[in-house]
Amino acid sequence: MYIFNFIIALGMAGAMAIMLSRLFAGPTLYDRVLAVNSFGTKTVLFLLIFSQLVGRGDAIDIALLYALINFVATIAILKFFRYRSLEIALAQMSLRRAVDDSFGEDDEPEDQS
Amino acid sequence: MEQDLTQYLDYVLIAMMFAVGIAVVRMRNLFAAVMLTGVYSLLSAAWFVSLDAVDVAFTEAAVGAGIGTVLMLAAMLLTAREAKETSPGRHWAALGVVVVAGGALLFAVPDMPVYGDAHSPANSGVGLDYLNETPNDIAVPNVVTAVLASYRGYDTMGETTVVFAAAVAVMLMLGMGRRRRRTGGNGAGKAKVEDQT
Repeated sequence: MYIFNFIIALGMAGAMAIMLSRLFAGPTLYDRVLAVNSFGTKTVLFLLIFSQLVGRGDAIDIALLYALINFVATIAILKFFRYRSLEIALAQMSLRRAVDDSFGEDDEPEDQS
Repeated sequence: MEQDLTQYLDYVLIAMMFAVGIAVVRMRNLFAAVMLTGVYSLLSAAWFVSLDAVDVAFTEAAVGAGIGTVLMLAAMLLTAREAKETSPGRHWAALGVVVVAGGALLFAVPDMPVYGDAHSPANSGVGLDYLNETPNDIAVPNVVTAVLASYRGYDTMGETTVVFAAAVAVMLMLGMGRRRRRTGGNGAGKAKVEDQT
């Protein structure tokens, strides 16, 4: 059983590595956001299997915290790129006109030249 | 047997952290670099969990992966999207400093006790005392938690106060939470960006 859990944990680490490769390569913003989100999910699963492996329950708390932070961080990143600010309440978001539609296109004039 | 196998998981995590660190340095796209720093702290927190330092992992996950990523994004929105190309010839002094510091660290490595050594300073003397007395004194199952939150509880409380005061000061200086007049459809962040330029 121990070996079985270890192999699953190793496979989960391999899945994390695959997500990392997408994170390194990913051409667009949304590839990377998805890769980070998926990477966080795999970290949660890795920690759960790890807590099974070593027989300590306290890693489960960390895994729960990760799940929460992962969700909130993804929402924050997407909100940031849609609205350029974190000060807009979620309830008002649909009423506001979006500052720009996507990250990749030329958005604000750059006056740095 | 058990210790051996979790050790390999540690190696895998450290290898991934190494790859992420290299990638952060090589990456020209700043958004990807910010994402990778978040992933780095996620990985290091997982590594802390496997080293049984649960509280450190909590802090790393909350600060590094959560707040840190968002703050770095906020900073990135005020600058360019891509890092400028720098000529490779300009960094010889920095490389020299890094080589000297790294060489000093590597020079110190052989003096460290072997991983899991029963006679290392942490496993003999006062460390053993803490390990023995923690179940009687505090009855917290995790020794790192016991040391962090009880044996040096005042220290941790002072740290928390300092960090909280710093966060409040930064927020006041940046004007977060300032009430602004309701304007039309124009986003607040856009106005802020225009103020900067």
